Amino acid sequence: MKLPAIVHKFSSPRNFYVMSGKLIPWFAWPCLILLVAGLYYGLIEAPADYQQGESYRIIFIHVPSAWMSMMIYMVMAIAGAIGLIWRIKMADIVASASAPIGAAFTFLALVTGSLWGKPMWGAWWVWDARLTSELILLFLYLGFIALQASIEDPRNAARAGAVLALVGVVNIPIIHYSVEWWSTLHQGATITKLDKPSIHISMLIPLLLMAVAFKLYYAASVLMRARSELLKREQNARWVREIVANES
Amino acid sequence: MDAKLSTAFWALLKRDLRLAYRHRNELLNPLFFFVLVVMLFPLGTSPEKELLMTMAPGVIWVAALLASMLSLDTLFRADFEDGTLEQITLSPHPLSVLVLAKIIAHWLVTGFPMILLAPLLAVFMYLPDEGIGVLMLTLAIGTPILSLIGAIGMGLTVGLRRGGMLLSLIVLPLYIPVLIFSANAVNTYLADLAIRGQIYFLMAVLVLAITLAPIATAAALRISLE
Repeated sequence: MKLPAIVHKFSSPRNFYVMSGKLIPWFAWPCLILLVAGLYYGLIEAPADYQQGESYRIIFIHVPSAWMSMMIYMVMAIAGAIGLIWRIKMADIVASASAPIGAAFTFLALVTGSLWGKPMWGAWWVWDARLTSELILLFLYLGFIALQASIEDPRNAARAGAVLALVGVVNIPIIHYSVEWWSTLHQGATITKLDKPSIHISMLIPLLLMAVAFKLYYAASVLMRARSELLKREQNARWVREIVANES
Repeated sequence: MDAKLSTAFWALLKRDLRLAYRHRNELLNPLFFFVLVVMLFPLGTSPEKELLMTMAPGVIWVAALLASMLSLDTLFRADFEDGTLEQITLSPHPLSVLVLAKIIAHWLVTGFPMILLAPLLAVFMYLPDEGIGVLMLTLAIGTPILSLIGAIGMGLTVGLRRGGMLLSLIVLPLYIPVLIFSANAVNTYLADLAIRGQIYFLMAVLVLAITLAPIATAAALRISLE
């Protein structure tokens, strides 16, 4: 299957650099606005939960982070596959630029979950299915990053990472369901999640605002990381020298 | 072409088995390791029968996981260093099928003996006798999966000078489902419950691994050889 010419045109390093430079503000500013709005409505306007009191408010960070942790892995794997199949350099760069951001979101989801768990469950860590899956996801990210870091040639590093990310994608559902199955068998009624009523609109709105803000943050930061990686890899190309000469 | 592919497949399988036989002292190392790791648990916790009994399936399986992972180095390393692997990739036959021959040979000399060792370890850990059969069954289904998944990780790291630690970081998270279902099958069986679900799941993963892992390994090896 051949990709349309426009894809190649957009994904040529130089065009990507110029286009992404124009796009970043369009992601970054809305991100900031939504972040402030989401935090305001989430932390100040939304009412306290009738069961969990104030501490439920961490979900406005925790849940969007957990969503991002999974979405970014998918983006990473898809970008890796595109790089592997059509040999598009920008896809490789996007995949490797995504990994640290995804790992950071996964870590954030784990830490906020743990902070929430202490007052709610009385323990920093519980071997709950979701927590465990998220921890495994963090290790999948770390494996990807470590593999790419240890291969010197960027082209080979990208391809090896793509293979690993794809293997991970096949495995994630298997891991997820096996962990879920494991925890239902291992965990009795000692700790069960509080049966939450479906979320109220005053809590849903800030949650969605934060989710969109996090996605925009990812878009902006992945482009920034990709741009700097691009400059590094193409440092001997003429267009890079022109840009550097113009900016300095 | 088909006949030739099967010839190549069997030739490679026999070659790997013969090479393994000639280095038979090396073959024992993962097995010693397997026993040693299991032995550490009573020493680290307590020799109480009840405690060890409940831990037995999990401990034996964790040890199997680690032993299988450490034995992966023999899968491609030597062939990579002397250039054989490069020659194999140059053959007109699909690399994934040839890789499968190597993985089967590797499993026959590492995974298979682990199944035979399991009863001994079961005695060490006071696993009730009726659980030994199920433990061996889960090892028989599970260890090939470990070899297949491990081959992908080995294929990705074979070209790296210090790939050992990295290999464990890549491979161990992918081993988790096998660990969960295998150890759980033994525990469930001992509790007199049906284990068909766990066994079916393990078999499904085995089928998936046999179909996809050789392809991924072949892709990984081609990248490592560049």
